[in-house]
Amino acid sequence: MTLIATLSTAQYPAEDQLASPYTDLTPAMTPVQALAESNRCLFCYDAPCIKACPTGIDIPAFIRSIATGNLKGAATTILSENIMGGTCGRVCPTETLCEQSCVRNRAEDRPVAIGRLQRHATDRLIDGEPAHPFARAAATGKRVAVVGAGPAGLSCAHRLATLGHEVTVFEAKAKSGGLNEYGLAPYKMADDFAQREAAFILGVGGITVEHGRRLGADLSLDSLRADYDAVFLGVGLGSNNRLGIPGEERAGVEDATAFIERVRQAPPGQPPAVGRSVVVIGGGNTAVDAAIQAKRLGAEDVTLVYRRGRAQMGATAWEQGLAQTEGVVLKTFAAPKEIGDTTITFERTRLADGKLAGTGETFTLQADMVLKAVGQKLSTDALAGLQVTGGKIAIDATYRTTLTKVWAGGDCVATGEDLTVQSVQDGKLAALAIHSHLTA
Amino acid sequence: MADLRSTIAGIRSPNPFWLASAPPTDKAYNVVRAFKAGWGGVVWKTLGEDPPVVNVSSRYGAHLDTDRRMIGFNNIELISDRPLEVNLREIMEVKRDWPDRAMVVSLMATMTEAAWAGLARRVAETGAADGLELNLGCPHGMCERGMGSAIGQVPEMVEQVTRWVKNAVNLPVIVKLTPNITNILWSAEAAKRGGADAISLINTVNSIVAVDLDAMAPTPVVDGKGSHGGYCGPAVKPIALNMVAEIARNPDTRGLPVSGIGGITTWRDAAEFLALGATNVQVCTAAMTYGFKIVEDMIGGLSNWMDEKGYRTLDELSGRAVRNVVNWNDLNMNFSTKAVIDPALCIDCGRCHIVCEDTSHQAIRIDAGEGRRVFTVVNEECVGCNLCSHVCPVPDCITMVPEQNNLPYVTWPNDARNPMRVPEAAAE
Repeated sequence: MTLIATLSTAQYPAEDQLASPYTDLTPAMTPVQALAESNRCLFCYDAPCIKACPTGIDIPAFIRSIATGNLKGAATTILSENIMGGTCGRVCPTETLCEQSCVRNRAEDRPVAIGRLQRHATDRLIDGEPAHPFARAAATGKRVAVVGAGPAGLSCAHRLATLGHEVTVFEAKAKSGGLNEYGLAPYKMADDFAQREAAFILGVGGITVEHGRRLGADLSLDSLRADYDAVFLGVGLGSNNRLGIPGEERAGVEDATAFIERVRQAPPGQPPAVGRSVVVIGGGNTAVDAAIQAKRLGAEDVTLVYRRGRAQMGATAWEQGLAQTEGVVLKTFAAPKEIGDTTITFERTRLADGKLAGTGETFTLQADMVLKAVGQKLSTDALAGLQVTGGKIAIDATYRTTLTKVWAGGDCVATGEDLTVQSVQDGKLAALAIHSHLTA
Repeated sequence: MADLRSTIAGIRSPNPFWLASAPPTDKAYNVVRAFKAGWGGVVWKTLGEDPPVVNVSSRYGAHLDTDRRMIGFNNIELISDRPLEVNLREIMEVKRDWPDRAMVVSLMATMTEAAWAGLARRVAETGAADGLELNLGCPHGMCERGMGSAIGQVPEMVEQVTRWVKNAVNLPVIVKLTPNITNILWSAEAAKRGGADAISLINTVNSIVAVDLDAMAPTPVVDGKGSHGGYCGPAVKPIALNMVAEIARNPDTRGLPVSGIGGITTWRDAAEFLALGATNVQVCTAAMTYGFKIVEDMIGGLSNWMDEKGYRTLDELSGRAVRNVVNWNDLNMNFSTKAVIDPALCIDCGRCHIVCEDTSHQAIRIDAGEGRRVFTVVNEECVGCNLCSHVCPVPDCITMVPEQNNLPYVTWPNDARNPMRVPEAAAE
């Protein structure tokens, strides 16, 4: 990282100070805003938004509770289906999930702000309620090991604990939360929300988290299977795809996930330095998160380059627009070819019959920092004995892997999009399957 | 442009929108602001004999929807708490400055001729009042002292008070009726017998508007206690419309001018009162919710709508719906209407289906459409109840379409299905 030309925000005139990456991009609703917005919900029958939510939250019910002043009831409705409703209210791509299907779109082109309402309700309960809303069932005497304290693992652990099982969560990193803590842009998870939420989840009791425990290091699948009645793997993906081009090993070239983690874990007031000219490669939400953070940290020019078009980008149209509003330049149909000392060269591409092809035409961008966000893949090092299909751990309809006593969920399996909300659902359903197995 | 000039009981005003006797008409300051805003007239807040009443602190309660819109409003305020002399002086000053606006003065007294005649003469002597309104309806506080609804609930007393005032002064007298009775016609007829030039209705409905669940007391809470109060605002409009219509179609009261009161918030509300026979309207809660400026759209909206419909004067409009208000027994048993859902306007909320399924006739089917549900009325099950069209959030998405069944107009007394039907009619 020695070549990174640092640029502090102080170089900007005070009146043009950049927004900090550590403050809420979308602020919490005020009670008045929540009242007005909750009253826009039509309380649909068999509502389309419920079907569009991977965790199946009864959205009209919780919004009605907000409107009637029953915030605790609203939060309980949300959290009973999605224990990470607080994070999901902040980071879900609602524009392609619940809010896309809101019937208010049809006549008014403006959905009910379901995500923000969900945050409004859950914040009150997580921050203000002394008693945990969920009680544990009578102890079953069963012990379950959960690997990974990310969304899938914590969701699974929480549900198992409420069902009366004793859960031990093994987490390699120093903090719980997984990508909520290490992988999401800080402006989406301001004020240490991932840790506050994790503490709330663990508050139900019956869950022990052992940090610094990594599968393949001091843990093995075999020993877990021997020591516990069931094992749940919520290990995420673990490793990043490479560009496979010359110059990839140069200083100043970094995985976007690692960059985001550095930004997230930096001490308050000492954010990481960024380059003057930053190029982000990729088209997903991670690329957008990294680009906006680089901009907010003071980079003068941030360019996000994607090899296909806007329509093919994994980042939603809302995220793309957000990046542009924040001052990120989007370039599409360009594939990276070579990284130089302070430059990166791309070849223009085009889609022909659905296939991507280079045109031979190239261009070069100034880049003293290159962030790679071209996807992640499952790290299979410690998963010997498990069948892996299509880069994901193979599971049946009940989240059971090919190994007895082992279930899996989250980004390491193929159940839906790699989203927090999907991982929470995976963990919840796997917990129910494990419970059925243990109590059969 | 429709002519909105209005005359009721000989009292003229440039438009039919008056402010009702209430806090907005309590003193010159408010009334002048109202006239500047465009109100056609006021009924000055009720005057009583000196010494003036004393009011309690905290006086209003509200029935709000979840969006804090005022559905209904309630008060435990008494009549004017200012000296009679002060009120009369201000009435004269305002009338002098605003001669084209209607200045009606509301009165309340105990059940003695001396009290009523004395008050009426004091007002008449100012020369500033275009008419008097007799407050026989206040359902809280004053009735405990033998006034307000304590008089209005007894037809003989309504007649007597009206006659006392008519005999005392040569001013148009409007008798304001209370809805807190079993049959509005009894008091309306009594007012007419007593010589009333017009009646106004409704006064407020007796009510507990809400309970403060922390104080465990009715609202408004006065030091931990509450009392029943007078309910008004949008929620009471249907009650008022019915009473106005009953009076308009009753042979004994037909032709008695009516000043319509009760939840009037928009020009459309006013048009409905006029259509049911009211000559003008009085407004209070809407002004107390939004301020006096709302009269602008009331005037403009009524005028534009009358132009659109071809009504040139208020007289052409007043009472136009009365002949269509009938008893249930006069309705056509052979009429049938069915709901029709316009799929182009449907937004897929499903509320029509669930209310029909849960609470009515299981007459709305759901089919899978392309990326959305398609709702279709099952004609064989639909009884034309209208529920779906009322709960639909999209205007005109669900319409009620009469069936062309070519059956004659048959009322229940003549219906073959009626075991008690009139024999000669059945023999046809």
